[in-house]
Amino acid sequence: MLPAADVPTYQALFTANPYLPQMARIVRVYKMVKDNHLFTMRFTDSELAQTFQCKPGQFAMVSVPGAGEAPISISSSPSRRGVLEFCVRRVGRVTDALYRLRTNDLVGIRGPYGNGFPVERILGQDLLLVAGGLGMAPLRSLLWYALDNREKFNKVILMYGAKTPADMLFREELVSLVDRVDATCLLTVDADPTGTWKGHIALLPAMFDHVQIDPANTHAAVCGPPVVYKFVLKRLLQLGFSKDRILMSLERRMKCGVGKCGHCSVGYKYTCLHGPIFTYWDAINLPEMV
Amino acid sequence: MKILKLPKNKLDFFASVVQQFGEVHAPVEQNGQFAFQPVRRWSEVRLDYNRTILPPKKYFLPPRETLLQYAGDAGYVPVMEGLDKKIVLFGVHACDVYGLNLLDLVFAGAYRDPYYQARRRNAAIIGIECTPDEHCFCRSMRADFVEQGFDLFLFDIGDYYFTLVGTALGDDMVLATGPLFEPVSHQDVEEYKRRSARKREAFRLHVEIRDLPEIFEMEYSSDIWQGLGERCLSCGSCSMVCPTCYCYEVADEVQLGSREGPRARTWDSCLFATHALVAGGENFRKTRPSRVKFRFYHKQRGFVAEYGRPGCVGCGRCIVACPVKIDVVEVLNQLRSVQNVASR
Ligand SMILES: Cc1cc2nc3c(=O)[nH]c(=O)nc-3n(C[C@H](O)[C@H](O)[C@H](O)COP(=O)(O)OP(=O)(O)OC[C@H]3O[C@@H](n4cnc5c(N)ncnc54)[C@H](O)[C@@H]3O)c2cc1C
Ligand code: SF4
Ligand code: SF4
Ligand code: FES
Repeated sequence: MLPAADVPTYQALFTANPYLPQMARIVRVYKMVKDNHLFTMRFTDSELAQTFQCKPGQFAMVSVPGAGEAPISISSSPSRRGVLEFCVRRVGRVTDALYRLRTNDLVGIRGPYGNGFPVERILGQDLLLVAGGLGMAPLRSLLWYALDNREKFNKVILMYGAKTPADMLFREELVSLVDRVDATCLLTVDADPTGTWKGHIALLPAMFDHVQIDPANTHAAVCGPPVVYKFVLKRLLQLGFSKDRILMSLERRMKCGVGKCGHCSVGYKYTCLHGPIFTYWDAINLPEMV
Repeated sequence: MKILKLPKNKLDFFASVVQQFGEVHAPVEQNGQFAFQPVRRWSEVRLDYNRTILPPKKYFLPPRETLLQYAGDAGYVPVMEGLDKKIVLFGVHACDVYGLNLLDLVFAGAYRDPYYQARRRNAAIIGIECTPDEHCFCRSMRADFVEQGFDLFLFDIGDYYFTLVGTALGDDMVLATGPLFEPVSHQDVEEYKRRSARKREAFRLHVEIRDLPEIFEMEYSSDIWQGLGERCLSCGSCSMVCPTCYCYEVADEVQLGSREGPRARTWDSCLFATHALVAGGENFRKTRPSRVKFRFYHKQRGFVAEYGRPGCVGCGRCIVACPVKIDVVEVLNQLRSVQNVASR
């Protein structure tokens, strides 16, 4: 049965007709990385803009009228109300249409959907975030949620690897975290053609050599291309992580986001309802997962 | 439960009375097959039909429907016209009532589908008992009899229809006929039981569904899927005719040079190559074997995990519709058979 109690009930707007997007304005487009722009949006209904709540790791269905709808992770932290940020990669019909819009243009948004990260389980414990490439997008909300509620977590560690500094999402913002004393931020690039990169130049798994991790007291959230999973999961298991302390965010085709259209099935579960955050234990028990 | 009987020779009168509850749709013959259609003359209605081409699903989740309309700065607006049209589906078999009960589970839940729900609210269902043919296995799927999901349910007991009154609306229909329905006698009940037992004996196909979800996990890499995948044409017919297949696509339909248009949903099938395709070309079910397997797996394993029962009612439609004769009963029984276990 559907976890009725888990579904946010404060947004009556989205309950009457779960398919109906509410209109939002693009308030800023930040050209972060080529074809990976950060869109800041704000619901035109100011009450909705202020009351919209989500959990880190949830996603929204973003509509561009005439082009269609696509599931996009909410990249901004729920701890910052008023606007929503989406880090969108330009890949096809809907995302292309979004890139053609300007500041002040309208899009539709409905959500939030999905389970989000099991924050309740991580409270008081260590949080390790491991992102590769574009995998930073779904992890950013969790990072800021933890930093904004710093006292609720023990250690907070981020490891993020990109090909080059120019490919690093949220680069300025993350570089400014490196000096923070209450968090460990390990940024690395595979190569630095510019010669100006001050962070690590190494493959992502090498970052494990720079920190002490207590597997029994840590949850690891991992997101990135398949090669990241391959090496990072191996490393986490070697360190002694229990399989349900490793969290990952999945992408599947989605047409409804609410468990109706059937497209996001992975094995016997729906990514939109039971995911997109799955534990590694789920992953090895679900066919079609990896 | 209120139980009455309706004289068979008054059925057409009853049907005419029922019209006041909505446009009556019933099975009529179409080139040797049957289809639910609006009834023009009661004489063309074929209550002795075996199965309709499409299940009653088409009334609640139409093959194509506009969900929203987008119009420039006004954004998206729900299109709800016509959803309140009252219809009466006359002569629905138990398996199809059960199929609707299953769809109800999908389109309810935390995110209720207002389109489906509205249509469902406005449709009355009059069920009718049937005789299994060579493709029916509804009894195995526990769908040969339904306790709910109908307003009235008619069972042939000779000169009368033994009638279960399922809802207050059903009761209103009975009352609207005046004194047409009669109380049942002890003999009628005996006759009902005799016929019910006879129907049970009439099934020629059987599938054991206990521990079937687990067997699907055990046989996930069975050779069966390869063989089926090589035969399957990915035509999607099995999904279109299935009372419990509900996958749909959604698209904004663009009118050239206009900033307005409909967002519509259309039936989709997990057999289509695009079903699990995502941007960038990655496809989680690239091969036909993986897609054929998924359809069976979802009904017998995924649906059970989500809703506590299989997502198949044993109506046999997919068996009849498949151009290469892929037969769900054969597949399930083959999966269960012992020889197959070693065949990986
Ligand atoms: C939970 C989740 C979170 C995500 N988070 C992010 C994120 O933070 N950032 C990000 O960039 N991406 C994210 N994605 C991926 C993103 O959803 C896809 O990149 C996006 O859907 C691409 O849509 P598109 O229309 O631009 O691409 P397309 O490739 O054009 O379309 C995507 C899919 O829709 C189909 N399609 C295209 N046109 C049509 C049409 N007219 N009718 C029917 N189908 C069509 C395609 O076949 C394709 O499978 C996420 C996905 C999920 C599931
Ligand atoms: S899978 Fe086949 S037999 Fe089962 S409900 Fe669907 S069409 Fe009927
Ligand atoms: S009807 Fe038969 S051939 Fe067509 S998609 Fe279904 S299984 Fe394949
Ligand atoms: S996106 Fe439609 S069922 Fe998950």
